[in-house]
Amino acid sequence: MSFPWAEQYQPKNPFMQWMDSRLPLPRFVYNAVGAGYPVPRNLNYFWNFGVLAGAALMIQIVTGIVLAMHYAAEAGVAFYSVERIMRDVPAGWLLRYAHQNGASMFFIVVYIHIARGLYYGSYKAPREMVWLLGVVIFLLMMATAFMGYVLPWGQMSFWGAQVITGFFSAIPGVGETLRVWLLGGYVPDNAALNRFFSLHYLMPFVIAGVIILHIWALHIPGSNNPTGVEVKGKQDTIPFHPYYTAKDGVGVGVFFLVFAILVFFMPNLLGHADNYIEANPLSTPAHIVPEWYFLPFYAILKAFTIDFIMPAKLWGVIAMFGSILILFFLPWLDKSPVRSANYRPTYRWFLIVLAVVVVLLGYLGGASPTPFIIGLTQVATAYYFMHFLVVLPIVSSMEKPLPLPNSITEAVLKGKGGTSPAHSAVAQPAE
Amino acid sequence: MRGILNFLGVKGIAVLIGLGFTFVLFISFIDTLGSEGEAKSAEYALHKEARAAHLPSDGPLGRFDNAQLQRGFQVYKEVCAACHSLKYVAFRDLAALGYNEAEVRAIAQQWAIETPTINPETGEAATRPSVAADRFPKPFANEVAARAANNNAVPPDLSLITKARVNGEAYLYSLLTGYGQQPDPAIVANYPEFTTPEGLYYNPYFPTVNLAMAPPITADGQVTYADGTAATVDQMSKDVTAFLTWTAEPKMQARKQAGLAVIGFLLIFIGLTWGAYKSIWRDIKYQQ
Repeated sequence: MSFPWAEQYQPKNPFMQWMDSRLPLPRFVYNAVGAGYPVPRNLNYFWNFGVLAGAALMIQIVTGIVLAMHYAAEAGVAFYSVERIMRDVPAGWLLRYAHQNGASMFFIVVYIHIARGLYYGSYKAPREMVWLLGVVIFLLMMATAFMGYVLPWGQMSFWGAQVITGFFSAIPGVGETLRVWLLGGYVPDNAALNRFFSLHYLMPFVIAGVIILHIWALHIPGSNNPTGVEVKGKQDTIPFHPYYTAKDGVGVGVFFLVFAILVFFMPNLLGHADNYIEANPLSTPAHIVPEWYFLPFYAILKAFTIDFIMPAKLWGVIAMFGSILILFFLPWLDKSPVRSANYRPTYRWFLIVLAVVVVLLGYLGGASPTPFIIGLTQVATAYYFMHFLVVLPIVSSMEKPLPLPNSITEAVLKGKGGTSPAHSAVAQPAE
Repeated sequence: MRGILNFLGVKGIAVLIGLGFTFVLFISFIDTLGSEGEAKSAEYALHKEARAAHLPSDGPLGRFDNAQLQRGFQVYKEVCAACHSLKYVAFRDLAALGYNEAEVRAIAQQWAIETPTINPETGEAATRPSVAADRFPKPFANEVAARAANNNAVPPDLSLITKARVNGEAYLYSLLTGYGQQPDPAIVANYPEFTTPEGLYYNPYFPTVNLAMAPPITADGQVTYADGTAATVDQMSKDVTAFLTWTAEPKMQARKQAGLAVIGFLLIFIGLTWGAYKSIWRDIKYQQ
């Protein structure tokens, strides 16, 4: 694990020496996130987001465990118990708003983390396993977030559960049976609410476990960096602690600042008014919309409007799940030997368009479906699939990359450490 | 299968799948081009954007005005409470509006609707005067009773109403002051089938522009404010909106005040971590 020049843990305190020879937990931490982990010296702020995602998970687990002490997973009183938390539990409003907005913060951070990986080619050999585990974490997060949104048992909770479990009924033959089995009934009710609560409590710990694997897999090759050039020697790295712990400290501060602005001043900005109405199976809301972080995928679901061989709904469901499953194949679809998009002049533009398209899909997923919106959704969805399945394989074999620096240190000394695209070779071709 | 994989390779299969999805999207797109959007409904054309209520609790420094909340409570009590419940709010919560303990006890005891209980001797359903710990009793025993008394419409609970509607404060204020308008004849001319059915009332701020609630606040001086504030329709509407903003989130003021302290703390924290970062990295050359 790690590089031969990594600093070794040498405890001076007799107790720590005693501990180290019996249970080397401090050594483990030292090697994982301490001075024993050499990291490229040119990482930019985008490399903060892994730590921030970990912080977001911890916030969710801590607030969630306390909320679970006050919440009642019973369809008759779930909504009321949330209102008790908001009104009568000391600082309950803080816990609840922190948990609710913490989910959004987790997704914001993870989306930036994924975008970082895409841009700098962090999914490529030898880091495929890191990427694959990351996609697993993303899927688990989506499942957890969906089930968590059902728990307050408001109108959007209920109808969201109805719509999302309805995806399974698109499966030919067994679909409806499967849906009823998953829900424990024909519509979401107490059985569904209880199992969602049980799984919502379980999943974060599964996510934590996969995160350990994710970090373990990361520590075999070590972190990628903005140039995408592998570490060549000791001069290319600095110890994680204190250098990146200090830099992450700034990132954590800014993260909490954004989080605090949401929680204390606009806690319902990212939510839906309808979820403050108790679930009512007899009254369908005018617009059933998922949480913002699902909107791009919801747009892809709705883009398929025509029965062609299969029903449109099945196309939509396959495409929606496929849009995420594609990410599993990414390391093998992109065979370019160059990692960082800073040195890939053609692919870089396609990637920027992809980012714009995903944000656009997010908007379209929440917009009312006029023909213009639907048409635009179809074009954007087509780009999403074309990008990964057609453009990427072709561009990666045809593109002529820009000359790479010989090493991280060389790039750093030339002032082109790639810490941001503005300092990259691409943005300053005249140099 | 292996033959196909060898022949096309991962990339070939990917390109085929990508083109497949794109083809289905393309024919869907052609279909969309041929479709005509639904014509705008009369409701859509007549609906008006809600007007802001401009409450003292607005904005990051917003605070509740207790005098206004007490006036709003009076409007709720004298105008709304006959039909609309407030089931998540307890009488004891009113202490936050500046009522003392004796006043809260008196409000609970004298509330027009009593709290359901059972007769301790016979076990039959009965009612008793409320105490401070009780939540506001509901005006109707159940939904059927509510419908029967209200032309088959259920008056919604008001505890969370300003959070349960998009832009809820503006919506509520606009709705309460939006009765008595006539639909724009130029728009109605395009929708000859549009009418306000018997038993419904036209209000352009309601999503479907016709609603079952009769105009609740109809005339200036409908309630008599103890503090001498002129009880105009606009003032009463604004006051009850302020009160229902409080019922939806009684902890809002505490939240915003805590938020200011947290933001201040975090700015200092970021300053310190930034300084630590710069100090630790001062000898590391990584970017010019």
